Amino acid sequence: MIESGLVDWSRLQFALTACYHWIFVPLTLGLSIIMAVMESIYVIKGDLFWQKTAKFWMKLFAINFAVGIATGIILEFQFGTNWSNYSWFVGDIFGAPLAIEGIFAFFMEATFFAVMFFGWNKVGKRFHLLSTWLTGIGASVSALWILIANAWMQHPVGMEFNPDTVRHEMVDFWALVMNPVASSKFMHSVFSGWMTGAVFVIGISCWYLLKRRETRFALSSIRVAAIVGLAGTMAVMFSGDKSGVQTAEYQPMKLAAMEGLEKGGKRAPFSIVPGIEVPGMLSVLATHDLDGFVPGINDILDGYTDESGKVMPSAEDKIARGKRAIDAFSTYRAMKNESPSVADSARKVLQENMPYFGYGYLQSRNDLIPPVSLVYWAFRAMVGLGAFFLLLMTAILWFECRQTLVQKRWLQHIALWTMPLIYIAGQAGWIVAEVGRQPWTIQGLLPVNAAVSSVSVGAVQTTFFIFVAIFTLFLIIEIRIMLKAVQKGPEIEHK
Amino acid sequence: MKNTFKKIYCFYIDGFRNMTWGRELWWLILLKVIILFLVLRVFFFQPVLEGMSMEEKSEHVGEELSDKLDVKM
Repeated sequence: MIESGLVDWSRLQFALTACYHWIFVPLTLGLSIIMAVMESIYVIKGDLFWQKTAKFWMKLFAINFAVGIATGIILEFQFGTNWSNYSWFVGDIFGAPLAIEGIFAFFMEATFFAVMFFGWNKVGKRFHLLSTWLTGIGASVSALWILIANAWMQHPVGMEFNPDTVRHEMVDFWALVMNPVASSKFMHSVFSGWMTGAVFVIGISCWYLLKRRETRFALSSIRVAAIVGLAGTMAVMFSGDKSGVQTAEYQPMKLAAMEGLEKGGKRAPFSIVPGIEVPGMLSVLATHDLDGFVPGINDILDGYTDESGKVMPSAEDKIARGKRAIDAFSTYRAMKNESPSVADSARKVLQENMPYFGYGYLQSRNDLIPPVSLVYWAFRAMVGLGAFFLLLMTAILWFECRQTLVQKRWLQHIALWTMPLIYIAGQAGWIVAEVGRQPWTIQGLLPVNAAVSSVSVGAVQTTFFIFVAIFTLFLIIEIRIMLKAVQKGPEIEHK
Repeated sequence: MKNTFKKIYCFYIDGFRNMTWGRELWWLILLKVIILFLVLRVFFFQPVLEGMSMEEKSEHVGEELSDKLDVKM
């Protein structure tokens, strides 16, 4: 028996942990590349200034890494305890990429991370540089495997459901790895990390400029960070466009929620904010065609015919087919030993209706609608802030190249106070990607109410508040250590 | 070969010994690992399917998925 509120508390706990984890990951991804570029300049030019500059950012990287490390493991605890049906149902599909990620991360980190921190003056300059780059690349490759697993939940491919084991079995590893959603998610997440690293370095460097200290260090760091950040922004825009087209194709309800689009059609408008729209823009973004058809929430619930003439069933049809699949699954399980012929025909019905299996757990058509306001505003926050970061980094680089940045104290203030905004943009991105695909844990196959374990709601509430306390404590510790390191500074120009 | 392992071992030991500000971070990591694995994992996060055989796990989840038709969102 499932207690009332269990699904929501379990979701909330998972969201809290994932969002907390996502505070640290983007900075690891971005800062590792920025410090690797700085160390490359040191190796090429042989100027010790660049070595000390890279070393300072490595120190902040280490602080962020130390607090962020293992926060992802809590998510795995939750899979086993709070989402045990999901964990079993996904089978080795989810386990394989996570295992590769675990082994990869461990070896990369234990080896190259250690050389990066312990290896100054002990290994050659070039080997040290290689280790710094491999630490950054290793973090990105780790993210790749996590995002392959996540992409499978958004667009499940390369598997077959086995009703005997009640698990999905991988039938095509390359379909899983080459999932189109994985590549755009990987690019979007990793390059948004570059933006985070850039805004972080620029913000702290501008603080030094405002304090009129470490000027050469600050300006040099800003130049590298702004270039990395702008390259990252371009890649984020490109992958965001690709992601939009994929969302329209594989998760049209998420796209409709992102736009608050109730009734769709051809030449669908893009909403800037409620009441201000750009005609036809959504069709262009979602289908790369001004006349492209974009379904709204009601179209998806009522059923519609897409561009290629494919008829998409209504919510009621999908729910009915889902219930047929679950009935057939129960019949198969009950009859497989007693009456093989009945079990065989049940298995056929299950296979025919398997793409709708998860719909059978929905109580009404409205269960298919994610929280529209939250997703709509999160999308606007992510895109709006992204455009602002592009402008800021362009302006910073422009004034730095003209050697007038030191005088632009207003811009330094803006850059400093932009630091929290990059984290808000990152969290907003997570909300769009994950809240936007509710109610699914696996798109079309398993909604949250079927995925959740039958545990007590009190236990989930207790651990939720324990997490709130622990996460707050560690975040305060990190910020304090980080501020202490920043106040101390790189100690280049005092010596 | 033995020499290589010795060198790697000494590299890590020297690295840890000569740490300055990094020491504080290692204490932080240690504290976190203790909280995660010795407190949360042991007392609060026991996997529901732990201790079951593969068949029992399939049976348990199969029953759960057959019985969850009335669970609200």
